[in-house]
Amino acid sequence: MDRIPILQMGQFLLVTIQVDMHDQLAMTLQDDLSERISATSARGVLIDISALDMVDSFIGRMISTISGLSRIMDAETVVVGLQPAVAITLVELGLTLPGVSTALNVERGMKLLRERVAAQ
Amino acid sequence: MNVRSSGSQPVRVEQDVVMARQVSRKLAQDCGMRLIDLTKLVTAVSELARNTMVYGGGGDMDWQILDDNGRTGLRLTFRDEGPGIPDIKLAMTDGWTSGGGLGLGLTGAKRLVDEFELDTAPGAGTRVTITRWT
Ligand SMILES: Nc1ncnc2c1ncn2[C@@H]1O[C@H](COP(=O)(O)OP(=O)(O)O)[C@@H](O)[C@H]1O
Ligand SMILES: [Mg+2]
Repeated sequence: MDRIPILQMGQFLLVTIQVDMHDQLAMTLQDDLSERISATSARGVLIDISALDMVDSFIGRMISTISGLSRIMDAETVVVGLQPAVAITLVELGLTLPGVSTALNVERGMKLLRERVAAQ
Repeated sequence: MNVRSSGSQPVRVEQDVVMARQVSRKLAQDCGMRLIDLTKLVTAVSELARNTMVYGGGGDMDWQILDDNGRTGLRLTFRDEGPGIPDIKLAMTDGWTSGGGLGLGLTGAKRLVDEFELDTAPGAGTRVTITRWT
């Protein structure tokens, strides 16, 4: 079965979503990430969605769930690379991704994660 | 109004929902749709195709490229022969879901397009038609 790779970079996990995900793939990512957070004691998760040209309510919910899951596992999640057209569409769809931290790009996202973890 | 071209796509399994997004993106590009409008349309397609698959038990997506007084539009119909929707008003309420969704598919899709039509009855299947003009 196909999976989205999760890379470990020190105390952080990095996920780059590069495919148009079908629903099961999104669910698998959610499960894989929670397992990896627990196995590696990661302190942060960075999800790069710059290659996603659409986020619907299913993917939006997956992002919120990952964010909430990682929080209760003592890890921070930052989502980076949300395209402007995708962001506008999300708001109109009615999804505001409450509790999800975002940053413009991977560099800023990593900086945000480091600051958050250092502040704890 | 003139139908420039038309076609149909199955919407039965998860991978078909991905295909429906890709096909409608390509068609919207052919219509010369702006990125923002195209993104909204494809997002609506994703929501409606998933409903067809999950709640309708599978069906089809029909598409038409329309010419109307100098403007071009993409019209998509999602149809299934599933259980239908007993309470349309309830289904068209933000946040209402009979399954485990967020309840934003129908209402969200309506906000994302220019025209939205829902035709359904218990036992008679469901047909949702959306149109976005350039
Ligand atoms: N094609 C369909 N056939 C039967 N019921 C449907 C169909 N599409 C939507 N529904 C009903 O309308 C409800 C709302 O749909 P939607 O707004 O997409 O939210 P969600 O998919 O998150 O439940 C669904 O929970 C379902 O009960
Ligand atoms: Mg839905």
